[in-house]
Amino acid sequence: MADAAVHHADHGHHTSTGLSNNKLGMWLFLGSECLLFGGLISTYMIYRGRVGEGPRPGNVFDIPFTSVSSFVLLMSSLTMVLAVAAAQKRDDRGTTLWLTVTGLLGATFVGGQVYEFTAMYNEGLGFTTSLFGSAFYTLTGFHGVHVTVGVIMLLSLVGIIKRSRVPGDKAEVVELVGLYWHFVDVVWIIIFTLVYLIPT
Amino acid sequence: MAIIERPVPVGVPDIPAPATPTRTFGALRRPVATTGWKSWVFTVDHKKLGIMYGAVAMFFFIVGGIEAVLIRLQLAAPNGKVLSADVYNQMFTMHATTMVFLFVMPMAAAFANYFVPLQIGARDVAFPRINAFGFWTLVGGGIIVNLSWFFGGAADGGWFMYAPNSGPVFSPSNGVDFWALGLQITGIASLTGAVNLIVTVLNMRAPGMSLMKMPVFTWLQLVVQFLLLFAIPVITVALFLLSFQRSFGATFFDVSAGADPLLWQHLFWIFGHPEVYILVLPSFGIISEVLPVFSKKPLFGYPFVVFSGAAIGFVGWGVWAHHMFASGLGPVSVAVFSIATMAIAVPTGVKIVNWTMTIWGGKLNFTAAMHFAIGLVVLFTIGGLSGVTHAVAPSDTQQTDTYYIVAHFHYVLFGGAIFGLFAGFYYWWPKMFGKQLNERLGKANFWLMVIGMNMTFGPMHMIGLQGQPRRMYVWTEARAGEGFFNLAFWNRVASIGSLVLSIGVLLFLINVVKTARSKQVAPLDPWDARTLEWMTTSPPKEHNFDAIPTVHHLDEFFHRKYAQDPVTHEIKQVATAEDIMRDQEANADKHIHMPSPSYWPIILAGGLPVIALGVIYAIPVAIVGAAIVVLAMYGWSLEPSTAPDTDFDPPASGDGTKELAPLG
Repeated sequence: MADAAVHHADHGHHTSTGLSNNKLGMWLFLGSECLLFGGLISTYMIYRGRVGEGPRPGNVFDIPFTSVSSFVLLMSSLTMVLAVAAAQKRDDRGTTLWLTVTGLLGATFVGGQVYEFTAMYNEGLGFTTSLFGSAFYTLTGFHGVHVTVGVIMLLSLVGIIKRSRVPGDKAEVVELVGLYWHFVDVVWIIIFTLVYLIPT
Repeated sequence: MAIIERPVPVGVPDIPAPATPTRTFGALRRPVATTGWKSWVFTVDHKKLGIMYGAVAMFFFIVGGIEAVLIRLQLAAPNGKVLSADVYNQMFTMHATTMVFLFVMPMAAAFANYFVPLQIGARDVAFPRINAFGFWTLVGGGIIVNLSWFFGGAADGGWFMYAPNSGPVFSPSNGVDFWALGLQITGIASLTGAVNLIVTVLNMRAPGMSLMKMPVFTWLQLVVQFLLLFAIPVITVALFLLSFQRSFGATFFDVSAGADPLLWQHLFWIFGHPEVYILVLPSFGIISEVLPVFSKKPLFGYPFVVFSGAAIGFVGWGVWAHHMFASGLGPVSVAVFSIATMAIAVPTGVKIVNWTMTIWGGKLNFTAAMHFAIGLVVLFTIGGLSGVTHAVAPSDTQQTDTYYIVAHFHYVLFGGAIFGLFAGFYYWWPKMFGKQLNERLGKANFWLMVIGMNMTFGPMHMIGLQGQPRRMYVWTEARAGEGFFNLAFWNRVASIGSLVLSIGVLLFLINVVKTARSKQVAPLDPWDARTLEWMTTSPPKEHNFDAIPTVHHLDEFFHRKYAQDPVTHEIKQVATAEDIMRDQEANADKHIHMPSPSYWPIILAGGLPVIALGVIYAIPVAIVGAAIVVLAMYGWSLEPSTAPDTDFDPPASGDGTKELAPLG
């Protein structure tokens, strides 16, 4: 089984572009995701001033708190890089360690988002309060779901590596999850800047 | 378990080899059937999936066609009583939705699935299981969209579903919910298909096949898949916003809550305009294969056809607002989009010139496929010209929401996209099924369709310019007017035309049944074709090619059959298709790995409609659907796409394996 995996991995390099199918596929998917977030961000930018009777963005955002959770998420990109590096050195212990750390940092970010949403809801900003509320929760919610999916992938990957059940090239699978993870982080940088830092 | 396909000399039957199936979760064995219904339902073979895509698309073509005929019957006479106003609204909405999302797109996907791997000399697509998933997802989405007919009425806001028509006041039934969620699901199918086909084309070409040696059909499919890759996420956002509005009380498009209804229009058309190129470019690709073969000439200006296709792909992103000239965008936007729209006529015109020059001076062979291909060039040009009149914003303001628009897009979609697909049926049928469709019936099919389509959509130019609004459910004698341009006469002509058109399509179905019953086997190379898909048996073996060909030329198959005499400069036949086949069989690859069938694609795809129904009726059901999806994802990721070497008989060492087309 392990031999077979190596055997297939070797074949992965005989492609016309030299990039493996999986990696090219992931890049294309992320390209598509750019347009998804593009649409959501545009919607938010159009509606962020339409607060109706509800609270204004400046009143509900807790920028220091969100900055800290953004920092946590950005650090998870660093640990992800360490996981990929360990995987490329075929160091299973290092890989699982750093994947777990990345997953936990991601989970911390999601936890922060849940806390933040709860606080905002208590301050009177529900999903249907105003166009600003709907657009805000939709955009950050979609991002949160992406992070959550990423955390699940990371932790599942830890389990699968520990049981040696990775189909295909282990280092590449880690790298693919890494690509997705970095993408989600980069999107957060854009969202954080546009949503929180630019005043309405 | 793996499919063990080793090329055997002709005449010796394949002996199915015993295998040790891999188990996922320690319980589920991989499906092993190579015959019977299981071999179709769990297949990951791009050819079987292509045929299934085609069958499903044809079913929806008939559904959409019946809807169209009902619309025309309602308008055949004054004060039509066939449909009520409400049902009429559902009918035209579902007619358009069905034809666009469930017929033309899947049928183009059918051809892409079947022929792109064959044309580039690959053994399958890059992600065979994702391919199967895409097909079953499409089926699920199609069912959800149409299920609404039986649950209180279908969507009725028109296919572009503008606010406030999509809101609860004007669409109180669940139709729009089914529509939005169903299209969301078919969108997933298109997106996965796009990733899959792009990777296939970029990564899995036969040795020597550079991008500029690729057949034009593959090229234009590549452009289409890029359009899908970037257009689908935009409609995904729009549909999510709509679903959130309808299901969770958001007000994204509700003007009374301060929303901007133009947001939907922009999001929809940023998807919707690339979408029209998604619909028509595959057909352009098909006729770019058909015209050279039946003119006995290479395609005139191959690089121009390719690059104008790519140019359409780029400029297609900058013209969406020409659908919104009447919405008050302001003079600057209108001017910009007006000019961009005129500009996009140029690459399309380049193509028309190239096709004409391909036919020019050729040794023409008027087969049914050739009829349809030439039909496309003529009819699409008419539709293209009326399209340019929309690019002129002042004239468009006059034409918006009239039958003139209906005439225009039926000329480009019926005369363009659908004629191209029919050319593809007649051209590739012998390759897919080993039997040729009847040519005489085919030509009758063509002429009835041409006459029917011109009778139906031609008069719409006139009644549109006379002011008959689009989506009007009834007309009265008193307001029909008099003289040559009276609405009554031309509405009747259009309705009769739609019946002629239906008979034409019926002839095609009769032709299919007749051909299926006939025992006559098609020759190996019935059309004297030029591209790689003809360099294998008909229908192709599971592994497509016994030996992966090395490509030296554009139109490689032609160059293997014909060569120029160095002295007389005459083109002479040097080999027959049979010779080339024998050569391939003699040099067959020793050990070929093919992807193994799997349960997970259909299980994963099956979870999505359950989620959709749950969102509409009861959230717990959606949670069950989500559980199915999660379970299937784990099963999928733990299962290798190709069964391990120990499943092979004899077990593969990896050394003797010539796997030129790697499978992920």
